[in-house]
Amino acid sequence: MMLPGIAYLLINNYMPMFGITIAFKNINFAKGIWGSDWNGVENFKFLFQSSEAFVITRNTILYNLSFIVIGLIVGVGTAILLNEIKNKFAAKFYQSVLLIPYIISMVLVSYLVYSVLSVNVGLMNNTILPALGIDPISWYNEPKYWPYILVIVNLWKGLGFSVVVYLAAIIGIDKEYYEAAMLDGASKWQQIRKITIPMITPILVMMTLLSIGRIFYSDFGLFYQVPMNSGSLFSTTSTIDTYVFRALMQLGDIGMSAAAGLYQSVVGFLLVILSNYAVRKIDKDSALY
Amino acid sequence: MYRESRIWQWGSHTIMLLLSLACVVPFLLLVISSLTDERSIIRNGYSFFPKQISFAAYEYIWQQSSLIFNAYGITILITILGTTASLIVTSMLAYPLSRRDLPGGMVVVFLLFFTMLFNGGLAPTYIIYTQVFHIKNTLLALLVPGLLMNGFSVLLMRSFFMTTIPSSVLESASIDGATEFTIYRKIVLPLSLPILAVVGLLHGLMYWNDWFNGLIYLTNPKLYSLQNVLNQLMSNIQFLASNSDVSSLAGKSLQQIPSEAFRMAIAVISIAPILIAYPFFQKYFVKGLAVGAVKG
Repeated sequence: MMLPGIAYLLINNYMPMFGITIAFKNINFAKGIWGSDWNGVENFKFLFQSSEAFVITRNTILYNLSFIVIGLIVGVGTAILLNEIKNKFAAKFYQSVLLIPYIISMVLVSYLVYSVLSVNVGLMNNTILPALGIDPISWYNEPKYWPYILVIVNLWKGLGFSVVVYLAAIIGIDKEYYEAAMLDGASKWQQIRKITIPMITPILVMMTLLSIGRIFYSDFGLFYQVPMNSGSLFSTTSTIDTYVFRALMQLGDIGMSAAAGLYQSVVGFLLVILSNYAVRKIDKDSALY
Repeated sequence: MYRESRIWQWGSHTIMLLLSLACVVPFLLLVISSLTDERSIIRNGYSFFPKQISFAAYEYIWQQSSLIFNAYGITILITILGTTASLIVTSMLAYPLSRRDLPGGMVVVFLLFFTMLFNGGLAPTYIIYTQVFHIKNTLLALLVPGLLMNGFSVLLMRSFFMTTIPSSVLESASIDGATEFTIYRKIVLPLSLPILAVVGLLHGLMYWNDWFNGLIYLTNPKLYSLQNVLNQLMSNIQFLASNSDVSSLAGKSLQQIPSEAFRMAIAVISIAPILIAYPFFQKYFVKGLAVGAVKG
C-alpha cells in the first residue's frame, strides 16, 4: 500500500538529493551528465568570485526580513481588529475576502500588477500619476521602486493566510481574562496590550523563528513573474531561487545552477536546524521536531 | 464603556472594509479592462471607468478557440487527475504510517519529514526528470514533479487518522477477517472525508495554479495549461516593453495575440472558475489552513 508513495519520495526527493553531485562537475554534454569530469569546488569558486553571489544572497535575506517584520505587524493588527468585530457574519466575510489573493497563481498576480504598472497602458501612468502631476515612470526599468512593490505584493497575497493563523491563536485565549479585565475597568487598548499580545507572543515567536529558518528561500513566482523577469531590474529583484532558475534554463549553466542550489540547500538546512533548536528551547511542543 | 466599544466597532469595520476593498479592486480592474474597447485602452490606459465598453476580446477568444480551449481542457484534466492521484497516493502512505504497529514506520516518517528540511534543488531535479525519466514535453510533466505528494499533506493526514479513527474499530475489523486494504477502503476512507476534502482542495488549487512545471518541462504549446499560456502572453508583453527579440518557439502563438484587452480576458476566464467556486469551498479552506498552520 505504501509502495506508490515511497517510490514517489525516492524519485521526486531523494534521487535529486544524490544528484547534487553535479555541483562538483564540469558538465560536458559530449560525455553526458553523469560521465562529465569532476572539477571539485571550481563551480563554487566561480560563483562566489562573481558579484552575483553577494547580490542574490543580500536580496534574498533583506526581502525575507522585511516580509517577516511587515507581515507580522500588519497580520497581527488585522487579526486583532477582526477579532473585535462582534457581527460574526461580517467577520467571516472579511476573512474570506482577505484570502482571495492567496488562492490565485503568481502569473495572475503579475497580470494584476501589470494592469497597474504597465508603462503605456497602466493605471499608474495613465490615471494616478497625471492626477498628482507626476511624470510617467518606466516601472519595469527602474530597480529602485521594486523593493516597495514586491513588499506590497507579498503582503497583499499573504495577509489572508497570516490572519487565519493569528486569529486562530487569538480565539484560543480564555475569555475569562477579558471578563476579569473589564470588571477592573480596563479599556480595549489596555486589554489588547496586556492580554491579547502577551498571550499570543509564544506563537508569534515560533512563527517568526520558523520564517527565519526559511530566510534563504524565496518565492520564485514572486521574484520571477511579478517583475516579468526584466533584466534591468535584476539588481533589486534577483534572489537565489531566480538565479538557480536562470543559470539552468536561460544560461544552460547546469554546474553553476546546481552549485547555487546546493549553497541554498545547505545554508537553508542549517538555519532551519538552528531556528528549530531555538524554538525547542522556548517551547518544546511548538517545534517542528 | 459603551461609547468606547462603539468606536472600536466602527474603526474595525472601516479598516476591514478598506482591506477587503484592496483585495478585490485589482480583480475589478482586470475584469473591466477585459471589457474595455481596445482604442480606449491605448488612449487612456486600463481604467475603472472606461470610455467605451466592448466584448471584442471575448469574441476573439471564441474565434481563436483552439489554443485557449485546448489549454483550458489540459488545466481541467490535470487538476482532476492530479488531485485524485495525490489523494490516493497520500492516503495510501498516510494510513499505514498512522498504525503504531507498523515495523519501520518511524524511518519512513523521518524520510518524509527530512524532505521538508532539505532538498536537492532545481538543477538535479530537472536533470533526473529529463535525463532519467524523460518526461519533457509529456503530460506527466504537469502531473508528477513536486505536486503529486508532499511530506506536509502525508503527515497532516496521518495525524488525522491517528486521532479520529479509534484503533478498536480497526482491530475488530481485522478480527472479522478484513484485509488491510479492505479496512483502508471500507473504514478509513469513509471516516476521513473532512481531511480528504482539505487535502484535495489544497492539491487541487496547486494543480490549477501551477505554471512552474510547464515553464521548465514543456516547450510544446499544445501541452500548455492555462497558466502557461498566460505566462507566454506575459513574455510577449515583456517583448513589447523591452523591444528585444522573441524566442522562435513562442513566435507562432505570439502572433495570434492582438491586444491588451485580450490578455486580460484570458486572465479573467482562467480565474473565473476558482473565484466562482470559492464561496462554496472557503469554509473547508479556512479550516484546512488553520489546522495546517497549527500542526505545521
